[in-house]
Amino acid sequence: MKGYIHSTESFGSADGPGVRFIIFVNGCNLRCQFCHNPDTWKSNVGDEIEAADLLKKALRYRPYWGDEGGITVSGGEPLLQPEFLLDLFTLAKKEGVNTCIDTAGNPYLNSLTEDMVEQLAKVTDLVMLDIKHADEDGHKKLTGATGKNIKAFAHKLSDLGVPMWIRHVLVPGINDDEESLKKLRSFIDELQTVKRVEVLPYHTMGKYKWEDLGIEYPLKDVEPPTEESIKKAKEILGAK
Amino acid sequence: MASVETAATLAATKPQWHDFRGTKWKTEVNVKNFVKHNYKPFDGDKSFLEDSTANTDDLWGALQKLQKEERAKGGVLDMDTDVVSSLTSHGAGYIDEALKDKEVIVGLQTDKPLKRAFMPYGGIKMAEESCEMYGYKPNPEFHKIFTEYHKTHNQAVFDAYTPEMRIARRNKIMTGLPDTYGRGRIVGDYRRVALYGIDFLIEEKEKDFARCGNGTMTEEVVRTRLEVREQINALKGMKEMAKIYGYDISRPAETAQEAVQWLYFGYLAAIKTQNGAAMSVGRVSTFLDIYFERDMKAGKLTEKEAQEIIDHFCMKLRMVKFARIQSYNELFTGDPVWATLEVGGLGNDGRHMVTKNDYRFLHTLETMGPAPEPNLTVLYSKRLPKAFRDYAAEISIKTSSIQYENDDVMRPVWGDDYSICCCVSATETGKEMQFFGARANLAKCLLYAINGGVDVKSGDQVGPKYQRITSEYLDYDEVMEKYDKMMDWLAELYVNTLNLIHIMHDKYYYEAAEMALIDTDVRRTFATGIAGFSHVVDSLSAIKYAKVKTVRDPETNLVVEYETEGDFPKYGNDDDRADDIAVWLLKTFMNKLKQYPTYRDSEPTTSILTITSNVVYGKATTATPDGRKAGAPFAPGANPSYGAEQNGLLASLNSVAKLPYDYALDGISNTQTINPSALGNNETDRVNNLVNAMDGYFNQGAHHLNVNVFGIEKLKDAMEHPEKEEYANFTIRVSGYAVKFIDLTHEQQLDVISRTCHGQM
Repeated sequence: MKGYIHSTESFGSADGPGVRFIIFVNGCNLRCQFCHNPDTWKSNVGDEIEAADLLKKALRYRPYWGDEGGITVSGGEPLLQPEFLLDLFTLAKKEGVNTCIDTAGNPYLNSLTEDMVEQLAKVTDLVMLDIKHADEDGHKKLTGATGKNIKAFAHKLSDLGVPMWIRHVLVPGINDDEESLKKLRSFIDELQTVKRVEVLPYHTMGKYKWEDLGIEYPLKDVEPPTEESIKKAKEILGAK
Repeated sequence: MASVETAATLAATKPQWHDFRGTKWKTEVNVKNFVKHNYKPFDGDKSFLEDSTANTDDLWGALQKLQKEERAKGGVLDMDTDVVSSLTSHGAGYIDEALKDKEVIVGLQTDKPLKRAFMPYGGIKMAEESCEMYGYKPNPEFHKIFTEYHKTHNQAVFDAYTPEMRIARRNKIMTGLPDTYGRGRIVGDYRRVALYGIDFLIEEKEKDFARCGNGTMTEEVVRTRLEVREQINALKGMKEMAKIYGYDISRPAETAQEAVQWLYFGYLAAIKTQNGAAMSVGRVSTFLDIYFERDMKAGKLTEKEAQEIIDHFCMKLRMVKFARIQSYNELFTGDPVWATLEVGGLGNDGRHMVTKNDYRFLHTLETMGPAPEPNLTVLYSKRLPKAFRDYAAEISIKTSSIQYENDDVMRPVWGDDYSICCCVSATETGKEMQFFGARANLAKCLLYAINGGVDVKSGDQVGPKYQRITSEYLDYDEVMEKYDKMMDWLAELYVNTLNLIHIMHDKYYYEAAEMALIDTDVRRTFATGIAGFSHVVDSLSAIKYAKVKTVRDPETNLVVEYETEGDFPKYGNDDDRADDIAVWLLKTFMNKLKQYPTYRDSEPTTSILTITSNVVYGKATTATPDGRKAGAPFAPGANPSYGAEQNGLLASLNSVAKLPYDYALDGISNTQTINPSALGNNETDRVNNLVNAMDGYFNQGAHHLNVNVFGIEKLKDAMEHPEKEEYANFTIRVSGYAVKFIDLTHEQQLDVISRTCHGQM
């Protein structure tokens, strides 16, 4: 099974436990205003690569993975290519490789079926789920889409016993207020398998990509969050 | 037999050796045996460490003030112009007269801190030039003495050079040769001074002198007799030198403080008499820990005091200075001395050699902040305790001041008591010496192969006048055939030149003080080196996998530039097509070097390390087929070329790890810069991930890694605002050593900035 691949990174250290080989896929239906990979939005473009070949490439880095590391599929939105993901992870598990998906969960109940999630759950060691905004209106404004199915996805994973990290990109003035954060925390409390909560401070390093793509950057006037507000958010969310 | 040994041991036993175990080391000079019997591996973590004492803070404060003055004065605080440096040329010197009672470890190269000694034996011209560069005028008498009455190393080499050597040297196909500076890289076993005291060492050398040869006075026997006599004189001189500071080192050291002080006196003797490019301290940490443990057990030493001794020792190592000339500074910028000192490593008995002292040495980078010297080197293995690997990684992330070398590849070759004798090269402590040989520029050699031995930059016919390549597009097979022949020529010339240099160094600038602390029956290595490595690999790959068009000078018809059409695999991406060429290149050149006889039957080795000299080597080399522009810096050491690494840090590490250490026993240096955010989202993750990266790299048989952890923004800011307090001691690893970033030339700063910083979006 082939996937549409944007790029790979041999030394992923911030996308899952330990040192990981990161596969960035193409295609995402969300249009998050803070997205630092807008170059991966388009679907069905990029290099078409066989899952087996990608795994072979990834395994070159196995000496660096230690006890915790492995592979992470990020993007773009990995769950837009579930068959590819299933193929890749099935092969990876045969080799005893730790597998992780970095997703925003949006395809769930759109193109991604419950049955598929159940199959994927069997070969996935960790799902890192980005929750952009706990509030439905806020979510729509920030991403252009509803957050309801994302929450449903989180519950589904929880029911299936799939370990999760919840990640939250902290954007000043948009989702860093106390109320939104508390709402998010109480949602997290509904889940049974959350192993870690991460606060990712919004940064402007992806800004140049928007410019390269000729799209206007919507958060032009937003500065990265202060140390203080990061600390506060971490406290509320119980983040590491 | 046993009873004879027991009697001999009893007779030899010294009162200072109480509570020490083992017998063999008592009847012969054998520090390794002493260490094996007496050290205790430490399996705990960093929590025992203590902060600096008030004395340390005062002294370090005073020294920082002096360092600031030194920088304000253009890099040199003070110079000797009236005294030729020797073991006893100066009275006692201290960091600050008013604070001298606070110095636990004493001894300076001259009578004042950071004052550079006058050392003419390597070459009077250079000694004078280095003074004049900073506005000092050396005593004119010296000029007369060292030209009319006494030959120097530099003069002797140039007296004997052939015209071919001169022209090759001038065109920098051989470059950085130790003919205008001391060869260095000889590590005395300074531990011997502490363990045995000088008198015992003299007795042993007298025995060697008496049984030298079988009575037939061959040249080798006569030379050895002369050298041993000089060594004995140096040992006597060391005693006198220590007396100036009120110490009697004729006997063994009794306490932890004495052990460090005795050992330092041995090292001080070396740096008072030699200004070699690299003046390593060696593997002293585990040895010294035995004394620290003994004192602590007896209740005579607290942890605070122990750290103070190590801090003061390192402070002295941070003060080592030599007077250098301009061309030297361009090669080795930032005043490095390679006071290399090792921690970690494993023993052949399977025990690791990490002790509390190994933590204490790394901890000096916290108690006194980051610093380029001593050149702290972790002898790395996945089998070192995790707590120690974590601590080293933590210090790397905080200070970017330490380097890592793979104990698992070095131990089988050099045993378990080797030291690092310069930036990265191993040498068995007290058993070996090295003839340092700088580098042959293999990128330039490739250009000579294409242009029939003519150097495009000068127009000189440097190499043999072989047929030039005349085709418009380069043909891989033709280039390879010609390159092979040109490398033959270079290898022979290079070995011959080094032989000549080292004969003269032995004759006119012999390292008596260091050799006095090495076995008389010494093994010698002959350390050659390669510059321009990645550019040759990528050039050959371009010729093989893409189309390389030649651009000729219309007048001379020489190829001056190259236009490459199409893509080609590059070294640094874990792509075997390029990496196989890299392995081929290393093996081929090493095999060629091996064919020629080397001075004193030394064993030829080679290295892929260039120090900061990658900038000047590149400057002297015209455009190469890989797309590197004329004059652009080479990639440092064994690093992939600028911009070639397109698959991230680990792909790059995988490529370098493929180079076989067996063929580059002098070292394969790799320098990588990682953005802190690329290591992980929090401190624990960053430490774990750096340890994982090093485990993976070294487990594949790689040799060396310099680890820098900072972002490019910090470098840019430091370049623009060197006056900011935070940058005064901002230290970075460059190929083979550490340097204060603000001490680099502007060109080198730009070079460092333009290298790949592994970050993550």
